[in-house]
Amino acid sequence: MNQPELNLSRRGFFAAAGSGLFVFFGVNRVNAYQEPARLPQRQNMPADLNAYLRIGADGRVTCFSGKVELGQGPTTALAQLLAEELDVEYNSVDMVLGDTDLCPYDMGTFGSMCIPMFGPALRGAAAEARAVLLQMAAERLQAPVERLQVKAGVVTDPSTPAKRITYAQLVEGKRIERHLANVPLKPVASFTVAAHPARRKDAMDKVTGKGKYAADFAFPGLLHGRVVRPPAHGAKLLSADTSAAEKFGARVVRDGDLLAVLHERPDLADRALGLVKAQFDPPPPTVDDKTIFDHLLKTAPPSRPAGAAGDLTAGEKASTTIVEETYLNGYVAHAPMETHSATANIENGKATVWVSTQAPFSVKPQVAQALGFTPQNVRIIAPYVGGGFGGKSAGPQAVEAARLAKATGKPVQVVWNRAEEFFLDTFRPAAVVKIRAGLTSAGKIAFWDFNVVGAGEREADSFYDIPNKRALSAGGWQGGNPPGMHPFGVGPWRAPSVNTNSFARESHMDVLAARAGIDPLEFRLNHLSNPRLRSVLEAAAKQFGWKPGKAPSGRGVGVACGMYSGACIATMAEVSVNRTTGHVQVKRMVSALDVGWAVNPDGMRQQMEGCLTMGLGYALTEEVHFKDGEVLDRNFGSYELPRFSWLPKIETILIENPGAAALGGGEPPIITVGAVVANAIYDAVGARMLQLPMTPERIAEALKKKG
Amino acid sequence: MERTISFTLNGKPASVKVDDERMLLWVLRSDLGLTGTKFGCGEALCGACSVIVDKQAVRSCSTPVKDIAGKQVMTIEGLGQNGLHAIQQAFLEHHAFQCGYCTPGMILTAYALLLKTPKPTHDEIIRHMDDNLCRCGAQVRIVDAIQDAAGVAKGGAL
Repeated sequence: MNQPELNLSRRGFFAAAGSGLFVFFGVNRVNAYQEPARLPQRQNMPADLNAYLRIGADGRVTCFSGKVELGQGPTTALAQLLAEELDVEYNSVDMVLGDTDLCPYDMGTFGSMCIPMFGPALRGAAAEARAVLLQMAAERLQAPVERLQVKAGVVTDPSTPAKRITYAQLVEGKRIERHLANVPLKPVASFTVAAHPARRKDAMDKVTGKGKYAADFAFPGLLHGRVVRPPAHGAKLLSADTSAAEKFGARVVRDGDLLAVLHERPDLADRALGLVKAQFDPPPPTVDDKTIFDHLLKTAPPSRPAGAAGDLTAGEKASTTIVEETYLNGYVAHAPMETHSATANIENGKATVWVSTQAPFSVKPQVAQALGFTPQNVRIIAPYVGGGFGGKSAGPQAVEAARLAKATGKPVQVVWNRAEEFFLDTFRPAAVVKIRAGLTSAGKIAFWDFNVVGAGEREADSFYDIPNKRALSAGGWQGGNPPGMHPFGVGPWRAPSVNTNSFARESHMDVLAARAGIDPLEFRLNHLSNPRLRSVLEAAAKQFGWKPGKAPSGRGVGVACGMYSGACIATMAEVSVNRTTGHVQVKRMVSALDVGWAVNPDGMRQQMEGCLTMGLGYALTEEVHFKDGEVLDRNFGSYELPRFSWLPKIETILIENPGAAALGGGEPPIITVGAVVANAIYDAVGARMLQLPMTPERIAEALKKKG
Repeated sequence: MERTISFTLNGKPASVKVDDERMLLWVLRSDLGLTGTKFGCGEALCGACSVIVDKQAVRSCSTPVKDIAGKQVMTIEGLGQNGLHAIQQAFLEHHAFQCGYCTPGMILTAYALLLKTPKPTHDEIIRHMDDNLCRCGAQVRIVDAIQDAAGVAKGGAL
């Protein structure tokens, strides 16, 4: 964070902003408004204000925030919160997101934090603005402020109908600046805009194709840059003959480690790239997608505790049955439909880069450093982003485009092709989870020893009531792993760590339930005092029509639950399994989610449906194939995403807790998908799948082994 | 071979002087500035680049521009030029998108289905749409939107 720079951009903002009422606010004030204990803890939270709210003399209300619209709907949900607290029409609210010149610093859009972290602060700012405007109206209308009412941005005095004034009239010709004070918020139960479904603000742009993504910006003289990539991670460039590409009409840039060809047409830049004869020193043999699990165990750093209670030895003594299993998952790609894209334009010493990124403010200093510009002379704009899921947490393509723009003196666009997107992705890490657990003769869990390697520690500690337990974690998605442990970049992938840890925990709960001869739902409830988790399980069971039974029952039904950033989720599924081919069809999924209350209930259901559908990919097919630093998946032929023919019937349930904090819902449901499908497969055919993805080959093999 | 290719684009005559082996996607996006058609995979595996050529949905990333000479091409910019088309309206009302990147391709692929089969069954929709990928997981709403649009657009309104 750069305080002087921030102040400069604020001044620039005001120069252009004109008259109006401005309220500044920051997420650091959030604790004044919501239950701090429920909020996810993050380090490096900026201490300065994180957004502006402007009420203009044209009656438009604008919120400037560094958040980014990735499809998850903050443009809509945040506008609802603003309209609600300010008492203006939802349609009069404009959101300006992800522009580092117009919006103040924001760390980035990830971790389901828009709603829990930013939402309360935005509500507070809107409430503050409303209070200021009411005070002004009281003076103008010469009426006591308590008597005034506001609807749709119009202040009236009900005792004197002629007395009315609009917010726009109040701010006209004025320039009022306020910092967020501690103004009381409306009770959620009184809401008429928020907590109700809303038409998405981005809907018209997206159904007409008018919405612009980072590759949709064009300038006269724009060149399309294609970077020469190594065939494998770790391969070193020995030599490159670019003469054929140059003869073809491409420009060639060599700038340190960057070798690229550029052409006015993107496809002809591709052709030129194909003409570059580059020699690489192949990297030494390392590891592949089969040997990776042994490799992780060998290279992992020492485990760190991620939770403990009671005494494992005592728990072992109390056990009559002990069950140990090892759960595996391979690397998973983000594979957003929009590949990493950037368009860079340098004019008068200032670089503007449109970037598909979740974190424009992190990209800004990187571009500045690469260009040798001061940060004030770099503007990053994250327009509509075509899916992120954690994979666009950085923006290396922005640096490439900016460097090439500087080198050529022309605007440059860099769009990764699909092979680059796979090759340069920061994958969801491969992981090994060992769980050793014991049951008493009464069918209660006596101890639980959970050991995860590779994925990270989030939700490694079990929320079930277990007297003696321990969770250990070694290495993860956050970085800081020993060199070579993960043979390529890893990073956050929708609900980082938690897909892996939930798959293992919820699979092992079913293993234990089967051993104890207890229905898996009942077995969970027997170990669960958390009322919100119980309620999502019970709600899902009711909707699903769960009938107790001991697995494998042959019905093909499964259950899994979990927590993510405070949200509680339970999912039930019904599958059919082809015993010959191993092919699984998920027929029905019922999911119940408690996020406190949903700012946009329809948006929350979209996120649930999206999570359940996307989750089928990591459950059934998605796994990065690689060998010795070479990523073998180069397109959707070998790396299979979920498609229409996979669709189960999806039913979503929102549990309302209006008194609780509103939490984000873009991630929680996906954490249940691996285990719910694995548990349903076991219930269908009696084969326990210990490795994700559960491909037809693996299922057929498990069935053969089982006999 | 560089030559002039003439065709009808969104109802109006168009011509480009280009290497005729170039793919339609890039000619649309780069030469003609129509950026509603998206690049997703470049190998006809995802459907983000789908456009309508003579009433069929085709993958513009894998359609050489020579193949469209004299044909009727429609992109998302050409659909609903006088107000939203029924399919667009249904996608809007069902929120049958999230990030929106696959949406133009989805809408045009659905458009081609309804041209051929105005009242598709659920299975026909699934089969027809199956090679269009959506990473956000909007599929369930896309199916609902297509069914809805098929109901609205009765009597050959398409």
